[in-house]
Amino acid sequence: MSMAIRIMLAALAAIFTLSVHAQEAPDAMVKRVSQDVLQTIKSDPKIQSGDQARIREVMEVKLAPNFDFERMTALAMGRNWRQATPEQQKRLTTEFKTLLVRTYSGALSQYRDQTIDYKPLRADPNSTDVIVRTEVIRQGQPPVQIDYGMEKKDGAWKAYDVVVGGVSLVTNYRDEFSEQVRAGGIDGLIKTLTTKNGGGAK
Amino acid sequence: MKKSRSMARLLSVGASVLLFAGCATTGPASPDDPFEPWNRAMYEVHQVVDGNVIKPAVQAYVDYTPKPIQQTIRNFFGNIDDLFSAITGLMSGKFDLAGHDLGRVIVNTLFGIGGLIDVASDGGIPKGDWDFGLAFGAWGFQQGPYLFVPLLGPTTVRDGTGWVARAYTGPISYLPDVPTRNILYGVGAVDLRAQALSAESVVDQAALDRYTFIRRAYLQRRQYLLYEGKVPPDKEEQ
Repeated sequence: MSMAIRIMLAALAAIFTLSVHAQEAPDAMVKRVSQDVLQTIKSDPKIQSGDQARIREVMEVKLAPNFDFERMTALAMGRNWRQATPEQQKRLTTEFKTLLVRTYSGALSQYRDQTIDYKPLRADPNSTDVIVRTEVIRQGQPPVQIDYGMEKKDGAWKAYDVVVGGVSLVTNYRDEFSEQVRAGGIDGLIKTLTTKNGGGAK
Repeated sequence: MKKSRSMARLLSVGASVLLFAGCATTGPASPDDPFEPWNRAMYEVHQVVDGNVIKPAVQAYVDYTPKPIQQTIRNFFGNIDDLFSAITGLMSGKFDLAGHDLGRVIVNTLFGIGGLIDVASDGGIPKGDWDFGLAFGAWGFQQGPYLFVPLLGPTTVRDGTGWVARAYTGPISYLPDVPTRNILYGVGAVDLRAQALSAESVVDQAALDRYTFIRRAYLQRRQYLLYEGKVPPDKEEQ
């Protein structure tokens, strides 16, 4: 019960923060959100002791609202997206979101003391589709470029792709998705995603 | 005359058999991976050997070897990589990149005890990652079919040729003492495998089909390196 209330309050806070920051530039937004998330990861004792549920909760509240999961799913589906019914599209988006949040949480739980270098935004100020570039500096290893494809929709910037070291998450799923659709249709893909996410419990 | 015509017929029959066989087993697969059935079989072999023998051993190395020693080993082989990044960068006409790499090699070899300490990174000279495969790419060679080689991992015909070129050019292959040479090869292989461990857990988490996921990630990454990050963003569909 109190858990539910906490999540609701956090969600409300997130919505409020979003509307406050509606006018900020996309690169400023990437910086604010990622620093907030990384700070939380560093300072939360539960996450530091490896609590995966807690890290997912943080992701869900702080990170997920800044992504356009429907667009990501559509891009990963490619031409199969239009073959899907609205109901299928909804389920695909939900499952893909869960998968991405889990993957990202797993990657972030390996986060140690890397620093992030935020590159200046090189885009037309009136543009509604930009790439925000960042670089993760690691001790004694080559830096890793992380770029965010972002679009402005209804006054708010949202990310629709994350490109790590040149590997676009969305593009990477395109082969996987089309393979699944070819083998078992769109429902087959939904089933695979649901199973991958833990059998569709909840 | 007659003979050559029958030969041509034989060839065309052979080609169509191959074509049908291809359709039957793979359907409209990825154009980058015409040998997918073969590659998948190799991938399975790799999984068995790697999962049962190599990965546990490398994991033990990562868990029980003191971190500074692991870092020193990585720096040593990284210094050799830098040298090849410089050479292949020069071959490709990437003088800026080659200059950085050559600077790194000189600084690390002279001031980092023969490459054991990565002084150059601390001094802010970025590490390059150019190699023979990318040099061939810069010369205009297409990547060719994707290949999965057991123990070595994903590559393409072009990048695999690069590996062979690298293996023959040394410098470890020039060491006269065979046991020392083999130990260095072994340690180098363990270090290389260790670098892939953390990325692997992310792939396990992310992939619906690890084979496909690794293939696309590898090809994307190579494209990105070849174009030095200037690959036009992919906006296919929508």
